[in-house]
Amino acid sequence: MIANTGALRGEYKNVWVVAEFLDGEVQKVTFELLGAARFLADARKSELWCVVLGDGASRAAKSLIAGGADVALVVDDPRLAKFVDENEAAALVRLIEAYKPEIVVCGATTRGRALIPRVAVTANCGLTADCTGLSIDPENGDLLQTRPAFGGNIMATIRCSNHRPQMATVRPRVMNALPPDASRKGRVVVEQLLPGDISTRKRVLEVFHDSENAVNLADARFIVSGGRGLKGPEGFALLKRLADALGGAVGASRAAVDSGWISYSHQVGQTGQTVQSTVYVACGISGQIQHLVGMQSCDYIIAIDKSPDTPMMQLADLAVVGDLYEVIPEMLRELAAT
Amino acid sequence: MKIVVCIKQVPGTTDAKIDPETKRIVREGISAVTNPFDVYAVEEAVRIKEKLGGEVVALSMGPPRADMVLREALSVGADSGILLSDRAFGGSDTWATGYALANAIKKIGGVDLVLCGKQAVDGDTAQVGPGIAAQLDWPQATYAMAITDITDSGFVVKRMHEDGWDLCDIDFPAVVTVVKDINQPRVPTLRGRLAAQKVQIPVWTAADIGAEPGKIGLDGSPTRVVKTAPPPMRHKDSLKVEGTAAECAAVIVRQLRLKSLA
Repeated sequence: MIANTGALRGEYKNVWVVAEFLDGEVQKVTFELLGAARFLADARKSELWCVVLGDGASRAAKSLIAGGADVALVVDDPRLAKFVDENEAAALVRLIEAYKPEIVVCGATTRGRALIPRVAVTANCGLTADCTGLSIDPENGDLLQTRPAFGGNIMATIRCSNHRPQMATVRPRVMNALPPDASRKGRVVVEQLLPGDISTRKRVLEVFHDSENAVNLADARFIVSGGRGLKGPEGFALLKRLADALGGAVGASRAAVDSGWISYSHQVGQTGQTVQSTVYVACGISGQIQHLVGMQSCDYIIAIDKSPDTPMMQLADLAVVGDLYEVIPEMLRELAAT
Repeated sequence: MKIVVCIKQVPGTTDAKIDPETKRIVREGISAVTNPFDVYAVEEAVRIKEKLGGEVVALSMGPPRADMVLREALSVGADSGILLSDRAFGGSDTWATGYALANAIKKIGGVDLVLCGKQAVDGDTAQVGPGIAAQLDWPQATYAMAITDITDSGFVVKRMHEDGWDLCDIDFPAVVTVVKDINQPRVPTLRGRLAAQKVQIPVWTAADIGAEPGKIGLDGSPTRVVKTAPPPMRHKDSLKVEGTAAECAAVIVRQLRLKSLA
């Protein structure tokens, strides 16, 4: 909504986190957002609300309050069991209009990035994608939203002065969750899904969760990634063993995906996913620019390659000259030994 | 079947290099190319047309030279191109861009399906596709890996998620944004390229699409970029290790332990 005067802006208060609730579970990114948004709400001397929509969502309220929320706003309805963007967007717009939050943030996951743009356009407010920093402008209380653009080559700070609420999606794994505190007190506000929220034009037919082989690159602290230097699909079995040993995920370069060695959902880079893990191990990846833009924001980059001169070996914090088929089994031995 | 494909001209990355000081990518003297994800959207539109008949309209918003990306779409099978170009569009954020594209889609008329790439590689927002859908109040599917079972009334789309995928049955008209997995784009033929050069590409202004001045360009954009800065520098003190596999492994594992990962 347009709020181009102080009086109009004053009608909006409180910070909202839109929870990601899947299969009865609140996802990690939601607690990270509660951690970050707690500071925003405190800086604004306002309340932190967590909106959770889903089948069985009321069961999540306690954990959201323990995670930092003052209020859990719950829409619990079996018709929200599957992700229909249109329905969730309609309900959220209605709630935003009713409660007038000042700030709304949501995880920059595939679902968040589908849902929130729809909400922002319908509610006529600005939206910043995939933020890695959020703060409050001490002068006027605006939300300052920092995000990488051009594949992480520029950090842009964005504000939205004349519209409310200010909305942002936030990159997973960048913000820190608070330690859960079961003694925290909070309120639960219950709202209903209304018939008008439900789209008749889209039906989710089937949902496939692959928890065993889930490729949650966005959430992984550790990623081991393979490229052309693996020489074949069997190399990924070895990378998977290393990823499993460290509770991480397996990534891949475009070359490996295009060779059919591993599925596209593993691809890191410009036409795959952007990742920001604590450690990224690039195995036999030469480091085409298109790959580097997808992983150069990882905290610590290790490259293993026979050739010492590739762009990846130059970028890496730790460049290991060696044969990955010899080094990784030694790593597994070393990890198992201690 | 009338399909509109939205495409964006973006800076290419092929000429980019790594700055030895900052360890970040620098792009100088860069070329302009079709946003990589949009190439898959064009291919999908052309494939659907080839199977079911109909027409594919390529639509872009940008400066006059953005007609290049429309010609690329024409060279691989799009039937026509339309360029939204007007100084009044300058500075549009994703809200204003979605509004302008949605207005153009309304003007084109009779559109069943809008295809976009999942995001543009310069802004990386992924907001314009759903923004168009919201402006038009059409259903949407993002991160599409496959479009199947197309009938007169609708289609099935497979959406990629972090933890798997789902299948949606959607009625026309709708907006779909695609990922790379959806197809293998064809390479334009020389004849296709030459033919595309000769096509007259209409340029539509803000007035042509009936855009309200307060909803386009900088004035119509709720968000403002207030500052840009280089990203934090990467550590310059890279460590290079050579030696036996066991020695290398020991160094790596020590680093992993320092990061509390092992």
